Amino acid sequence: MIYEAIIGLEVHAQLLTDSKIFCGCSTKYGSPPNAQTCPVCLGMPGVLPVLNKKTVEYAVKMVLAVGGRINEESFFARKNYFYPDLPKGYQISQYEKPLAYGGFVEIDLSHGKPKVKRNKRIKIERIHLEEDAGKSIHIENKDSKTLVDMNRCGVPLMEIVSQPDLSSPEEAYLYLGKLKQLLEYLEICGCNMEQGNLRCDANVSVRPEGEKNLGIKTEVKNMNSFKGVEKALNYEIERQIDILKSGGRIKHETLLWDEEKEKVSFMRTKEVSPDYRYFPEPDLVKLVVKRDWIEKIKRTLPELPDHKKERFLKKYKIPEYDASVLTSSKNLADFYEEGLKFYSAPKILSNWIMGEVLRELREKRCEIGDLRIKPEDLAGLLMLVDDGIISGKIAKDVFKEMVDTGRKAKEIVKEKGLVQVTDKGQIEKVVEEVLKKNKENVNEYLSGKEKLFGFFIGEVMKKTKGKADPKLVNQILKEKLKR
Amino acid sequence: MELNHLRAWELKKLLESREVSSREVLESVLDRIKSDGKSINSFITLMEDGAQKAALKVDKKRSSGKKLGALAGIPVVVKDNICVKDNLCTCGSGILKNFIPPYDATAVELLKGEDAVIVGKTNMDEFGMGSSNENSYFGPVKNPYDLKRTPGGSSGGSAASLASDMSILALGSDTGGSVRLPASFCGVVGLKPTYGLVSRYGLVAFASSLDQVGCLTKDVKDCAMLLSAVAGYDQRDSTSINIVRKDYTKSWEDDLKDIKIGVPKEYFGGGLNKEVKENVLKGIEALEREGFKTLEVSMPGTDRSIAVYYVLCMAEASSNLARYDGARYGFRTKETFDLDLMYKKTRTKGFGDEVKRRIILGTYVLSKGYFKAYYQKAQKVRTIIKKDFDRAFEKVDFLITPTSPTTAFKLGEKIEDPLTMYLSDVYTTSANLTGIPAISLPCGKDSFGLPIGLQIMGKPLSEELLLKVAYTFEQNLKR
Repeated sequence: MIYEAIIGLEVHAQLLTDSKIFCGCSTKYGSPPNAQTCPVCLGMPGVLPVLNKKTVEYAVKMVLAVGGRINEESFFARKNYFYPDLPKGYQISQYEKPLAYGGFVEIDLSHGKPKVKRNKRIKIERIHLEEDAGKSIHIENKDSKTLVDMNRCGVPLMEIVSQPDLSSPEEAYLYLGKLKQLLEYLEICGCNMEQGNLRCDANVSVRPEGEKNLGIKTEVKNMNSFKGVEKALNYEIERQIDILKSGGRIKHETLLWDEEKEKVSFMRTKEVSPDYRYFPEPDLVKLVVKRDWIEKIKRTLPELPDHKKERFLKKYKIPEYDASVLTSSKNLADFYEEGLKFYSAPKILSNWIMGEVLRELREKRCEIGDLRIKPEDLAGLLMLVDDGIISGKIAKDVFKEMVDTGRKAKEIVKEKGLVQVTDKGQIEKVVEEVLKKNKENVNEYLSGKEKLFGFFIGEVMKKTKGKADPKLVNQILKEKLKR
Repeated sequence: MELNHLRAWELKKLLESREVSSREVLESVLDRIKSDGKSINSFITLMEDGAQKAALKVDKKRSSGKKLGALAGIPVVVKDNICVKDNLCTCGSGILKNFIPPYDATAVELLKGEDAVIVGKTNMDEFGMGSSNENSYFGPVKNPYDLKRTPGGSSGGSAASLASDMSILALGSDTGGSVRLPASFCGVVGLKPTYGLVSRYGLVAFASSLDQVGCLTKDVKDCAMLLSAVAGYDQRDSTSINIVRKDYTKSWEDDLKDIKIGVPKEYFGGGLNKEVKENVLKGIEALEREGFKTLEVSMPGTDRSIAVYYVLCMAEASSNLARYDGARYGFRTKETFDLDLMYKKTRTKGFGDEVKRRIILGTYVLSKGYFKAYYQKAQKVRTIIKKDFDRAFEKVDFLITPTSPTTAFKLGEKIEDPLTMYLSDVYTTSANLTGIPAISLPCGKDSFGLPIGLQIMGKPLSEELLLKVAYTFEQNLKR
């Protein structure tokens, strides 16, 4: 029997506001423990929450980006449970009427093969606002203890709940990537899963293909990276299928993903899961988001990735794959367009960004903004190639040096004497030397072993330290070997 | 002349004409507290040093000709669930017996801004939960009229301080009658303002949608003075009403002839003590003689208000009191380091019986499977009660009722029977459920010499007119 998986994701995105959701404390990451706290976020007796309007604005941006419906009136609610890092004994969240319902994102299942274009819509169930809890730090030694850091307590979170539209771990991975892309474009979330500013829980069930009823689902928590989500879901789906195949039954329970052991462990069954006793938060009034405010926010939205991609296709006539890669992040797309202000061959610049630039980012594990090369500098380098001053091969070496030192291409080329040799006479001389030295090879070549042509080119380039214009070398060699 | 027997508006004149100093006024109050404070037990914290410094500061400011606030040099006591920076704020509870807030409540900040002299923090039922003041970790407050009797709760310490001349003004809080009931039992004036008129910032929450800081005073003019000081929009309280600040002390002599007063018949039925009823009816007749038109109205939702009130206040309390878990401040058990056990032991030991009863019941009504039947239903009935009042206020401007079915009962009389105790609030909870202003005024005494309270309720934000009607009533009663 073939089984299919049904997955829904609950994504928590920390919003990049300067202050917390219900008080004026800073949200900066990495401060000393409990330095960014006040009586309000510490939940001391008698204090009251006041909603930070900016958090609503940010969440509205996301709702608009996915085409959701904003409720003109929504409500905050208390989610009650005891934990030392939850100072009020309840989390202020939204429950019965959240900020927004609906909307969707599209994921691209063509695997970079533009000919098998296959998009899938993943519907959003709801988007709401809530506050983060503090952090418990468990110290395990002989007198083990738990310390709490309340800096994160009250940091604004936006929860995005998908419908169970995802049918594979790969789709979940792509969906998360798409959300991340949108959040980054909107500049409302840091999107670093390792730092915890993007978090994700999954609801997973499987059923025999063709079956209409849903299987019993489990909830998987604690997935701390994009790859982790994919791995955890793969693991859990297989686990569930194995159970069903051997005649067992899935238990409705909550599981924790262990990144190191690469397996899930049991956390609690749903029967004993806490009853959060949600009820409307009496310390806050209803949240009213008026039409004209939404319109105002709409006008501040940046060009979103799908639009940008379409525009790149039309305006720069680059292949679809290039457009997808270049618009995958706003910074990359901005880098590309900035470069085009100084350099007018879109495809060549695209090749360089997708090749050399992205390779650097992967190797250095950094963002494009961290590289010391600016778009106009890359353009300058490419112009040196176009003008025949350096060869493409040398340009790659120069590029590496530019990235590391932040120096300009011209400077490096000049200082290291990398200017291409385009003097025909000079090259002819070298060619003649090479042919003289390798008489046997010349004879072999002339008797039909044409593969040796590359060898001659290599020798000439070696002698000129790579500086000879390859086109000229090619041309002269062909002439000389004809005779 | 004993200064501590005077009203705030009388003292204000004496202070402004420099016939007396703030220090002298404070001294008279402190002397009184020192002689009888222990037997009345109305204070949890006496802020003698702070008060003396504040009084001295006012005197200096006055002698140097600086501008002074409206309550300059007037002693005020503050219920112990309203935060005064750097002073204990126990809420009458063992779980907060060592808690010192690093902030002022907005109402306290405003009092300080008006140069009032804060004398101490008054005793109360734990977290405001009680009608007799017997639920205090620090022992019950005694009624100055009869030390064997309750002063009413939960702002019993504030009311008893005024009745025994240990203060001039007092702040209380009213969630279901906690200002008005003790005012009635102690023969003073008690006002619960419109919900949102006085900021709740710094008032330790019992039931957030019902709690309101209130004024306890010796007469209506004082009440207007105190309200003028503490009322006003506060951006730290999202439920605070954004209106321009008012001076409620301005005029008392308006023509009130067109005002209609409703007498809801449901408030005069079974369970109402005969002497209380007679006195309140006499009070209503007095108002008629002043020219007010009165008419009987019907409020059929009245008998449900107690049930609705207790469901909702317990639900909110169960959540509001979750923060007292021993993890960060307040009392913590030393018996264990196991987290769950620490919570259990801390809360079992730290809270008193009534508080635990309400937390348990409140948790129950919010639980899965019961939420609809209790919490949601109570919210629906709350809306019905509101409509009752809206309808009545289409016909009349104010409603007059007794404040409580009885006068002050004996300590120990009802403490073993919570349901009977809850019925003490039968006439007061509706004003909290609907958010309207309500004032309790002294209205004669019963045959034991115990004060009787009359309650006037008005439309939201009608405090200005409400105080004028109350003043007219008070003046009439004096004659």
